[in-house]
Amino acid sequence: MSMLNIIINDVPLQVEEGTSILNAAKMMNVHIPTLCHHEDLCVAGNCRICVIEVEKDPNLVAACATPVREGMKIFTNTLKIRQARKHILELLLTEHNINCIKCSHSNSCELQNLALEYRSDEEVFIDLRKMPKPDMSSFSIQKDDSKCIRCTRCVRTCAQLQGINALTMAFKGNKAKMSTFMEKPMIDVVCTNCGQCINRCPTGALTERSYIEDVWNAIYDPNKHVVVQTAPAVRVALGERFGLRAGHRVTGKMVASLRAMGFDSVLDTDWSADLTIMEEGTELLSRLKKALVDGNKSVALPMFTSCSPGWIKFMEHIFPEMLPNLSTCKSPQQMFGVLAKTYYAEKKGIDPKDIVSVSIMPCTAKKYEANRPEMRDSGFQDVDYVLTTRELASMIQQSGTNVKTFKSEPYDSIMGESSGAAVIFGATGGVMEAAIRTVYEIVTGREVPFENLRITPVRGFEGIKEASVLIENTVPEYNFLEGVELKVAIAHGLANARKLVEAIKDKKVEYHFIEVMACPGGCLGGGGQPIPTNLHIRERRADAIYNEDEKMAIRKSHENKEVTALYADFLGEPNGHLSHKLLHTYYTERNRY
Amino acid sequence: MATQLKRTDLVFKEDMDCNALMHKVMKMGKDEFINQMMDSGLKGRGGAGFPTGLKWKIVKDSPEAVKYVVCNADEGEPGTFKDKEILDKACEKVIWGMALAAYIVGAKEGYIYLRGEYKYLSTKLKIAIDKMEQQIKALGINFTLDLVYGSGAYVCGEETSLLQSMEGRRGEPTNKPPYPGDIGYLGKPTIVNNVETFVNAMIIAEIGAQEYKKLGTKASQGSKLFSVSGDCCKEGVFELEMGMTVQQFVDEFGDGDTKAVQVGGASGFCVPRKEFAKTIIGFEGVPTGGSMKVFNSSRSMYNILENYLIFFEEESCGQCTPCRVGTQQLLKGVQAVKRKEKPKTYLDDLLRLAYTMKYASKCGLGRSVGNAFRSIIENFREEIVY
Repeated sequence: MSMLNIIINDVPLQVEEGTSILNAAKMMNVHIPTLCHHEDLCVAGNCRICVIEVEKDPNLVAACATPVREGMKIFTNTLKIRQARKHILELLLTEHNINCIKCSHSNSCELQNLALEYRSDEEVFIDLRKMPKPDMSSFSIQKDDSKCIRCTRCVRTCAQLQGINALTMAFKGNKAKMSTFMEKPMIDVVCTNCGQCINRCPTGALTERSYIEDVWNAIYDPNKHVVVQTAPAVRVALGERFGLRAGHRVTGKMVASLRAMGFDSVLDTDWSADLTIMEEGTELLSRLKKALVDGNKSVALPMFTSCSPGWIKFMEHIFPEMLPNLSTCKSPQQMFGVLAKTYYAEKKGIDPKDIVSVSIMPCTAKKYEANRPEMRDSGFQDVDYVLTTRELASMIQQSGTNVKTFKSEPYDSIMGESSGAAVIFGATGGVMEAAIRTVYEIVTGREVPFENLRITPVRGFEGIKEASVLIENTVPEYNFLEGVELKVAIAHGLANARKLVEAIKDKKVEYHFIEVMACPGGCLGGGGQPIPTNLHIRERRADAIYNEDEKMAIRKSHENKEVTALYADFLGEPNGHLSHKLLHTYYTERNRY
Repeated sequence: MATQLKRTDLVFKEDMDCNALMHKVMKMGKDEFINQMMDSGLKGRGGAGFPTGLKWKIVKDSPEAVKYVVCNADEGEPGTFKDKEILDKACEKVIWGMALAAYIVGAKEGYIYLRGEYKYLSTKLKIAIDKMEQQIKALGINFTLDLVYGSGAYVCGEETSLLQSMEGRRGEPTNKPPYPGDIGYLGKPTIVNNVETFVNAMIIAEIGAQEYKKLGTKASQGSKLFSVSGDCCKEGVFELEMGMTVQQFVDEFGDGDTKAVQVGGASGFCVPRKEFAKTIIGFEGVPTGGSMKVFNSSRSMYNILENYLIFFEEESCGQCTPCRVGTQQLLKGVQAVKRKEKPKTYLDDLLRLAYTMKYASKCGLGRSVGNAFRSIIENFREEIVY
């Protein structure tokens, strides 16, 4: 890669060929404002707020979309640029619903920040606001066109990162808008509810459907026993909303603040993550046995994980013929939910109709999952309300506290204990690593042969990862696996998942077990996590997750005592009769568009 | 005072033997013909005026194996109808011009992006294409030509959105660079030229750069087709030498009461009577893709401007802010001034906005909206305000 000499604001600089003007300026700490640009996405160059001046070019050029040329003389702060930027900002504001004080994205709104930066307090131009009603049809995602600035970040997220194309631009000119196929409501389109569009929306046009009021009402209702579960990835990101750096773990402080807010019992989704490993691991072994020993050709292999509800809905829409390959295990959230209103209710002596089950998730798809009609095996809706990490942060703020100031507290019992294997569910490859730790040990009676249980081949942010484990010297019960090389793959981001599934369908690759997470980076990059998100932030959160794992006393799911107790006191055995009734589910084919 | 306009008759001249011309160019050699093209000074006839020879050279010099030639026949500029006339009366020259370009740059496939409303020409075109393909095969050149139909978006006349539309995407301009000459149709180097440009390439092949250069001026060589409409004594398509003044044009075509001439359609400039004598029609003055609309004193310039702005408000692709919102603001703004809802000085705010649109828009559409706006506001302000 050759180096080019350029001059930015009279300062000479050498940059690699192919660098955009925006990134070149960033290298020398010259800030150029952006709106349609996002590090995770391809370049659009359509908001035009990043225009800069290049010597000898009569027009301004978009810094994000223009690569540097040898000898380029760039100016980023001239009268012409300032006038253009102010104009563009004002134009956007004439279209934008500026009801900022009532907007849940007020604290992460890039348009608002720019308006403050440029002091756009006067309204020169004519009000063009159309105020269509927000689309509230989806359980997960709320779409408010009145706040859209047509930057197409959501469209590019949906197409490029997720390969879904649920969101698209429609019409042209003054009618151009972000829309769905045939302008259908969000609930009716091929939307996986992953919420990645929300994470990348620079304004509040896309937000999660909020259930904060319902949860407060439940907390304040003296007749209700409100239990809350917290997902693994929440604890490494919540702090960002309170000014802590990305990857600062706040597990114990979060527990304390939940307790202070008035939740009757603060429990951990990590506990049911360990349970998921027991169920899913057993399911995998029984599928392998049926295929290898019984020679049953109808057994669907490879088996896919089923923890990510975005991924589940993706399969139901796009690859319904592959549904048998999905593990029938419910996600940890739903396992927890059904047990909260059965096992927990029984143990604590509470009438399940008085239990309100709340979950705190890094995810918007979980909101949809909780509302699936099949998720009522306890006789009630298993999980009543799902809040995102962002909603939790708002609730903590509303309660007048700050997560930073709390002293760490432990989770309640029962259903509060967890292992390191459960924590890493929050990162891509984590479910696989947790599963291998347990399955390998069940089959061979020995720990996995990796230093300090770090199964590094399944870690990292590569789109599709592959690994294999050779199984030798098995315990007698599993001698059918003797000498088998267990082949696994991991994908994160649905565009990667699609590639992987298509390769499997075309028989180009063969695996036994595959983990898929709908969101880039896994749950830590989920659609309910604090905004902004980018690779750097996701890496920090992942580091925090793996640190938390290593600090845990128990590192393997099958050593979780509260899970063992659950089987002894209530369920019987993994994949047993009651397990099947409560912890497993089925999938439904859905429309292709 | 009026001098006679120099009429030319090259485009519709009937005795051109395209097959023989192709043979002539093959004998001449590719490099020599590119030199002829560059030497002729031919600039793109769609209106933007990029040197055609240079465009061909860039594609020719590209090491890519697959290249394409695309003819932009999405004639959508208000007041332009000369491409329709060419495709109707001299489509053979267009098709052979494309074959010539394909031969020079080494393309095997070409497409005519035909405006949807011109579909009725496709039978004629297909017959001519079949004939050309056979004849050119006999010359040892493999080149196939196909028709693609536009669906009515004005912006698809812009080359990058045209290519997007051909690929089946939303017809929206993309960032430049990369230019189509480097990364065009399906990611391959692509020549995109106007219908008339391909005919001019054939004319250069026939008469040579030296003869061609004798027509027109230093900055605007050759002759050009003009679509004349409005309040004129004769209307239609006329082939005239480049470099005449608007006065000369009006003397020939005006109805004796001409107030202004809109040169270059909605995205062009409005020339008022006081500027007629000193304004040259060509790249040194007001460039045009061929649209010449003549307005007499019975016309309201406010109505004309409003009409253009309604057109742009709808025909902007809607992706970039200055164009999508700017067009709406210009329209709503002049309407508000007319209705006395905004002060007269608001026009100055709008003029500044028009400059921003010119500098900051993503493509040629947004950049040229301000042309008509500024030239009408600056010259006919009283008609807008009162």
